[in-house]
Amino acid sequence: MARETRIVLKNLGKIDPMKIEDAVAQGGYQALLKARDMSPADLIQEIKDSNLRGRGGAGFNCGQKWAFAAAAPGNERYVVCNADEGEPGTYKDRIIMENDPHRLIEGMAICAHAINARQGYIYLRGEYSFLRRVLTHAIDQAREAGYLDGFDITVRRGAGAYICGEETALIESLEGKRGEPRYKPPYPPTQGLWQRPTIVNNVETLANLPSIVDKGASWFASLGAPSYPGTKIFTLTGDIKNPGFYEVPTNTTIRDIVYGFGGGIPGDLALQAVQIGGTSGAFIPPDLLDTPADFDSMQYAGLSLGSGAVYVLDETRDILEVVTRIESFFEHESCGKCTPCREGTPRLVGLLEKIAQGRGSRFDLDLARKLGHNMTITSLCGLGMAAPVPMLTAMQHFPAVFTQQVSAKTSEEGTPW
Amino acid sequence: MVNLTIDGQSVSVPEGTTILEAARAVGVRIPTLCFHPDQSIKANCRICMCKVGESRVLQAACASPVYEGMTVDTRSPAVIEARKLNLQLLLANHPQDCLNCIRNGACQLQDLAAEFYVRDNPFEIKTRRMEKDFSTPSLFRDPDKCILCRRCIEVCSVVQTVNAYGMQGRGISSIVVPTMGEKQIESTCIMCGQCIHVCPVAAINEVEEIDKFMAAVADPDMVVVTQIAPSVRLAVAEEIGRRTGDLPMESFVSALRHVGFDYVLSTNYTADLTIMEEGSELLKRIQENDRLPVITSCSPGWINFCETFFPDMLDHLSSCKSPQQMFGALVKTYWAEKMGIDPARIYSVSIMPCVAKKYEAARPEMNASGYRDVDLVLTTREVGRLFRLNRLDFSKLPPSQLDSWMGNFTGAAVIFGTSGGVTEAALRTAYELATGELLEDVEFQAVRGRENIREAEIDMKGTKVKVAVGHSTRAARELMEQVRSGQSKYHFIEIMACPGGCIGGGGQPLTRSDQQRAERIEAIYLEDQAQQLRKSHENPDIKTLYDDYLGAPLSEKSHQLLHTHYHPANNRYAVPGWNPQATN
Amino acid sequence: METSDIVARYSNMPGGIIEAFHEIVDRHGFLSQEAIIEAARGFGISVAEAYGVATFYSMFSVKPKGKHVVRVCRSAPCHTAGSAAMVDALQEHLGIKIGETTPDQRFTLELTECVGQCQATPVFTIDGEPYPGLTPSAIGPVLESYLRDGNRKDGR
Repeated sequence: MARETRIVLKNLGKIDPMKIEDAVAQGGYQALLKARDMSPADLIQEIKDSNLRGRGGAGFNCGQKWAFAAAAPGNERYVVCNADEGEPGTYKDRIIMENDPHRLIEGMAICAHAINARQGYIYLRGEYSFLRRVLTHAIDQAREAGYLDGFDITVRRGAGAYICGEETALIESLEGKRGEPRYKPPYPPTQGLWQRPTIVNNVETLANLPSIVDKGASWFASLGAPSYPGTKIFTLTGDIKNPGFYEVPTNTTIRDIVYGFGGGIPGDLALQAVQIGGTSGAFIPPDLLDTPADFDSMQYAGLSLGSGAVYVLDETRDILEVVTRIESFFEHESCGKCTPCREGTPRLVGLLEKIAQGRGSRFDLDLARKLGHNMTITSLCGLGMAAPVPMLTAMQHFPAVFTQQVSAKTSEEGTPW
Repeated sequence: MVNLTIDGQSVSVPEGTTILEAARAVGVRIPTLCFHPDQSIKANCRICMCKVGESRVLQAACASPVYEGMTVDTRSPAVIEARKLNLQLLLANHPQDCLNCIRNGACQLQDLAAEFYVRDNPFEIKTRRMEKDFSTPSLFRDPDKCILCRRCIEVCSVVQTVNAYGMQGRGISSIVVPTMGEKQIESTCIMCGQCIHVCPVAAINEVEEIDKFMAAVADPDMVVVTQIAPSVRLAVAEEIGRRTGDLPMESFVSALRHVGFDYVLSTNYTADLTIMEEGSELLKRIQENDRLPVITSCSPGWINFCETFFPDMLDHLSSCKSPQQMFGALVKTYWAEKMGIDPARIYSVSIMPCVAKKYEAARPEMNASGYRDVDLVLTTREVGRLFRLNRLDFSKLPPSQLDSWMGNFTGAAVIFGTSGGVTEAALRTAYELATGELLEDVEFQAVRGRENIREAEIDMKGTKVKVAVGHSTRAARELMEQVRSGQSKYHFIEIMACPGGCIGGGGQPLTRSDQQRAERIEAIYLEDQAQQLRKSHENPDIKTLYDDYLGAPLSEKSHQLLHTHYHPANNRYAVPGWNPQATN
Repeated sequence: METSDIVARYSNMPGGIIEAFHEIVDRHGFLSQEAIIEAARGFGISVAEAYGVATFYSMFSVKPKGKHVVRVCRSAPCHTAGSAAMVDALQEHLGIKIGETTPDQRFTLELTECVGQCQATPVFTIDGEPYPGLTPSAIGPVLESYLRDGNRKDGR
């Protein structure tokens, strides 16, 4: 039986989230006090050296992002916690917030010290409204205990828009507008919330900070995969014996996650495919299961770690049907601002449905692939760029699923499949 | 300076320049669609994509600042294919309606389809199937044609602060709608038509009424008379492929006769008349300290704005009708009498740079003549279509003069077409009326210029008359907030709804940039200088009108025919929505 | 509580219109035209912009809803775990189709995308309260508890 490495979730089951004294007894806020004794520049260097990379999906070096914000001109800066967690199959951030909110608050306060921010926001997805109480209570307690020291945190809610997990769309939503992404540059660390330097970090990223400050950059950098050190909380769904969440070092392979922690497929059916990273992640066949789950190994294999969701499909599943449902998700969640995503997502759904109903030709398959590819290179934001990936990877690794639905006819203009 | 390479060519540009601008500097014209030179960067159409360095992901040229050592590919087959696919996506969600479309030949989407040699569409053509909105007499919307560039929202909210447009929905369901998703007539729309100019396609257009004109011409009993607004003759040259101002008046008049008008007169005449009436009203209200500042009332877009957003300030407006409506009231009374024509047979047309004038002409109270004072308003663009319909050869048209009684005008009337013109014209007359002195220099430079709000102080024999000139309804809002709070220091305010004044009106030839407006304004001031008479009260036909018919400015007859009243719009969507402090 | 009071409580919060809309929806079930106009007034934005915000987010509606909103997750993990059967069962229990409201205005039935309760699939929510990992046969008692209480769990 595989064993978890709980760093972010180290207090799970040991504390009452409504009692700050529990968190403090487990060492809570010690790292914050240590961080405050460091200069912001030293603190940023420490985080850079740890090579902590964003755990929301983008994987950017956290310390580097902070350095941009710290260097940007302006008196007002903001720390924003991205708790929008909309990626289907992902609920790790909820687990963190439900069980150890003080750890998140501590992480935010550490960031605030690094970039000299006085105001923080937790952008909480609307579907997690029930978490407001535990979060605001924890903030109140931290404030009363003096830990926040002039840095204040407000909880603000989203209202049901997956796109608000994208950092600039999130910022637009905080500003009371439609959650439509901005073109970049400029990037939030230089011009973010109200055009001021802003750090937007994922819940899990922030929840890593106390341990890093406490135990040091080299400790963290030595855990897991060197290019993406530390642990990652994976959430396992689909056809799996042990669905749930598991915090493991980042060099754990997908096979270990599925079979070691997940216990394999119910009924001992064969594994058909695994989707890594969330609903915008790649579908991979069994022969890629030994890929380590760290960011760069996966990128090399054309995959992305994403949010850490692992979604398993057994041999009985119709991948085409699942892919169609996923592309329909993106059609529903597209913000509508840019042409390729707004117009492309429903077109992908239409082509896939046509193919699934046996009315498709090789031309349609080719068109779906061309359209998907174009979306990945011309969309305004990451949603449009990532949306076709499930379909494209499924086409790449499971071509028969698609070609068996398609008649042999080609149109005059159709290119060979 | 930043050094980069575009398609192998070295370029050196200041920091902050975008790829689009840098490319233009070396003659590389990257195709765009949502981009507009006078607006903020949208980056939503994804047509201007370029390959930068080795990055797999393409960049939007309009939104990408250059950096040192950047290499840009703007024209490899892969880049062109990427742009074309996005274009085809737009075309597939667009009525394939070019042959019937009002923007056939004047549409940026059509231009791109031609440039990209689009011969078919791999995507099934599937449009939104939304209804056209013909609820206003001035402009209509065709939401099926919208490409969601959002230029209309920007011009209406930022330039005009009217906020009649906004987004509705998300994703493929997102669409531009009037306020609260209502019909245009229920929204806060003031019908200025600035949205028509910025729309790259036919999603927003003027209400076209050429058929009505043709029916009137075909009717042997009808005497079809037109007035021409000051801004029109100069800009209509653009409709026939010439530079603005490059069509002599006698050619224009001749052309209008050729397309079917029986009589051609000039709104400039009643512009001079407006100065007589309004100048007198201004002096009277200054003397009596009555509801100052006096605010001009010739821009119907502005009147709509005032009735919608400042309904509590309506009594500041001059009671004078616009020159169009003064003309309409007189053509079926005074002119009909002078010409011996039965007014019931007169079909009164006006040619305007404006779409709000279509609404103004239809206002129920505009019937002082006993008939509808103005039966039909045609925009400059519609007249352009009439010229093309008749395939006029302007090089061969015999010159023709304006007809009698209501054709003569002064330079003061001509400048009505530009922001600041009404004020300058009013001052030329008011100064001489008030002081009894001859005005040597008729040009009031202080009220000229491009700033949204300009002010001047004129010393009229001891009385310092403070005037302000505003163009765009954003300027109007700022000025009216001052009036509402009692902090306005002016005696007289001129407000034109459209940026630049009427030369930039919603009915003018499609106006692509501010530069175009600037050229038209220059032409107007040159036209003024070319006139023999430059003060309204010197117009001999105006003297005749008063001597023979009206008596004196502000007489009872003048009031009955030439003055009007206004109505609060009671529009519940007209909340102040413009926070001047808000960053954009 | 009047909409204008709700708006007033948030109008000092920069960008607070979404919080105000949440509270209005909690109390009244949807965003009426009046509510949108009040919000525009209170936050110093145009009605057009406020309407654009109101119609962007899935949790807001400009059309009235039933007292209790039932949302079934249809994202991939719930989809393969049997959300279709859940939808069928709910449609049968309530006697309405997806997108409709029961004639007595008690329940509105909708689809939703992932709500983050994937530890036990399939998932549906009632008034935001998650019910993860139930089978169709368990629906009856859950719905009945809403009929019995007559009140929303959040006290509205």
